[in-house]
Amino acid sequence: MTDPRITIRIDGHEHRVPAGASVAVALLDAGIPRFRTSVQGEPRGPVCGMGICFECRVTIDGHRHQRACLVPCVDGMAVDTRDGADV
Amino acid sequence: MTAAPRPDVVIVGAGIVGAACAYALAREQLRVLICDAGFPGGGATAAGMGHIVVMDDSPAQLALSALSRRLWEELAATLSLACEDERPGTLWIAASGEEFSALDEKRALYGRAGVRAEILDEQTLAAAEPNLRRGLAGALFVPDDRVLYPPNAARWLLDAAIERGAELRIGSAARAVGAGRLTLVGPSGAVETVEAGAVVIAAGIDTPSLIPGIAIVPRKGHLVITDRYPGLLHSQLVELGYLHSAHSMSGASTAFNLQPRSTGQVLIGSSRELAGRDASINPAIVRDMVARAVAFMPALAGCLAIRTWTGFRPATPDKLPLIGPWPDLPGVWIAAGHEGLGITTATGSAALIAAGIAGRAAPIDATPFLPSRPMPAMEAA
Amino acid sequence: MSDHHAVDVAVVGAGPAGLSAAVHAAESGARVTVIDQTWHAGGQIWRHRDRAELPDEARALMARFEASGAQHLAGTSLFDARPGHLSVLGPNGSLELIAGAVVLATGARERFLPFPGWTLPNVFGVGGLQALVKAGLEVNGKRIVLSGSGPLLFPVAATLAQHGAQLAAVCEQAPRGRVTRFAASLWREPGKLAQAARYRSTFRHVPFRMGTWIERAEGEGRVQRAILTDGTRRWSVDCDMVGAACGLIPSVEVGMAMGCDIVNGVVAVDARQQTSVAGVYAAGECTGVAGEDAAIVEGAIAGLSAAGRPAEALYARRDRGRAFAARLETAFSPRPELRDRADATTIVCRCEDVRLDELRAEWGARQGKLASRAGMGACQGRVCGAALAHLFGWEAPRVRPPLVPVPVSALRPAEPLRD
Repeated sequence: MTDPRITIRIDGHEHRVPAGASVAVALLDAGIPRFRTSVQGEPRGPVCGMGICFECRVTIDGHRHQRACLVPCVDGMAVDTRDGADV
Repeated sequence: MTAAPRPDVVIVGAGIVGAACAYALAREQLRVLICDAGFPGGGATAAGMGHIVVMDDSPAQLALSALSRRLWEELAATLSLACEDERPGTLWIAASGEEFSALDEKRALYGRAGVRAEILDEQTLAAAEPNLRRGLAGALFVPDDRVLYPPNAARWLLDAAIERGAELRIGSAARAVGAGRLTLVGPSGAVETVEAGAVVIAAGIDTPSLIPGIAIVPRKGHLVITDRYPGLLHSQLVELGYLHSAHSMSGASTAFNLQPRSTGQVLIGSSRELAGRDASINPAIVRDMVARAVAFMPALAGCLAIRTWTGFRPATPDKLPLIGPWPDLPGVWIAAGHEGLGITTATGSAALIAAGIAGRAAPIDATPFLPSRPMPAMEAA
Repeated sequence: MSDHHAVDVAVVGAGPAGLSAAVHAAESGARVTVIDQTWHAGGQIWRHRDRAELPDEARALMARFEASGAQHLAGTSLFDARPGHLSVLGPNGSLELIAGAVVLATGARERFLPFPGWTLPNVFGVGGLQALVKAGLEVNGKRIVLSGSGPLLFPVAATLAQHGAQLAAVCEQAPRGRVTRFAASLWREPGKLAQAARYRSTFRHVPFRMGTWIERAEGEGRVQRAILTDGTRRWSVDCDMVGAACGLIPSVEVGMAMGCDIVNGVVAVDARQQTSVAGVYAAGECTGVAGEDAAIVEGAIAGLSAAGRPAEALYARRDRGRAFAARLETAFSPRPELRDRADATTIVCRCEDVRLDELRAEWGARQGKLASRAGMGACQGRVCGAALAHLFGWEAPRVRPPLVPVPVSALRPAEPLRD
């Protein structure tokens, strides 16, 4: 199956990703296993892949704490894994 | 088990008030036994916001809350990190010009009680809290008000009391109280009668089960907490109308009351209703409370709420706690009925109880809090 | 702004049980709405991007669902639930669903148990890894260690192998004796054995190690090595990814919120799949993990019951599924040695970064949460609750509304603010 590709920005850099991929998949495929920094400063990435573990939280289009595994990529979307990138 | 020496004081209830009493009495070199049917700080202490705030609903409330905040300040340097003690101050928000014009009097009142406060105009308020909606008339800033995490503050007070010789019994329920005597049921069901020079009842909303007829009823509140949004607000934000909500006993009410936690989370309050002991969440109350919060701080609308809970404030008809000897039973003292100010006034209440039991002069006039005072009838819900 | 919508039957979850319930209720003439957090019907087991990937049975049930007239609210989260009343948030805002009957088909999730290094990036669940691969994750050429338990291991290993992963190890924590007895008990269900053999053939060059589990994960910024053990020996395996879990546990939070009795970790149901709360039914893995065949028949009974139709004809098939669930639980329960993996500094609560040495076994879940913040984070103990149950025997934490995080605005009134 060939997916049409779309462009999203991850931490300010453009990435071509398959349309319909989840944000979690887009980040992992882009070689970014660290999605967030835990409250004690550890790197964390997705675990459950189905929205219950909350480890894949990233900032999407300025909205913090979004579960990347539940959100499909949309052309032009801005994803941020850096803390305090907004608000 | 070896027979423990007879305690000087036995305290019923290891919430924040009982814990503060244990600490204050242990510091008087008294032998303290403190017991709780559940675990320490598991009642109203676990449900509250942890705002250490000077309130001026009445001269007595102002005196007690100002004393109490001073006592918390004295502890601040020694509290554990887990107590999450911070000093963000309180901003009393004046929405209208009319409310703004009342701030002068409030500031003067605080000043006479030795409480620093300054008036912020519309622009200064907007600069201090940019996420508040524009057009608010101003605020009174009380910079020395604090925020802490009550369950761990209660635990810290208990540990400090234990260090000074106090004994803590958890899972021990008080069944009956007599003059200088308390009957306890332990976790295994064993019944035991403890004799002590004094018994202090600090059982919050459970106090009437030991002291029938005492004027304390549960007054339910709701809180919502968000995920972490550090910097969204800097001080505890309370609308001036809060006092009306807190004051009027009848009916359900909500008020804008927003707290920045040290974690970056935001606590959204507050509500008051008489609903017996039904702990279920009332969606209509949550809707009102949240709508009010969003009206004051529109940016809150997009923040993720992660949890809602309820708790029960021990309320009295005249809005003042019951602190002092219980007239019908010699040797029995009451420290209960603190409504929504129990975290703040735990320290001051403990100072009054300790002075009373030690036979010293009270640090403030204790008569407004005496449990023997005439009490108006409770307004109906 | 929220809106109201009245239906006869509301179904929570669009996996096999939920779809089956919806089909049977709708075909009985009921107005049915199904809500599901994901964007495609099928649940976790039938997660797909292209329906052609799915087994015939799944495609048939989905086609029947689409023809049934049941409404499907995809990408929709349930954030508050009372009997007859569901608050949901979807792409178009929040909605109050007023339902004559509710069918809970909330499924199961993985049991995650803490070990040193389990918080490293690229340490996923076993099913978690499969979910991500089904969502498009590239694993071609990646060295992957799987350490899990139960029937999920084989299909996940097969999925990974089919996508070009180099499986470095496939480990089942249950001892060989338990697994063998379980396999022997499947003689009545040759289909399940044949399916297992088909899966196994896709990764036949990789040893399948029973009585083996991951002891720790190591790496700089991401996992690079897994330390495996069989209880006597330990060895290190270099890898790019790990899938680690210990079987599945029922997701009972919605049932708990609605006041349904939870017994032995499952939503308790009667013969008609009704819970302890009148008008609230439950089906599928939230009533016990038994696989999709059992979920489909339970869903059918729940859907018929919720629509007021008889379903006795299906009881015998359902009861066979129940018996299978009991055998699964006996065979694949976590071995006690898994408790010894976490050391004093191992994070137990991942949301709030609570370490094992911050907790005392004598606390219960509520005291532990208040004292340490364990379970106080966004997941509300969905991950650490099972870990704390395994480590200390603590009861399952009670999830408070909102059942999942929702914007504060979703809690706002439809009506104007009262003054």
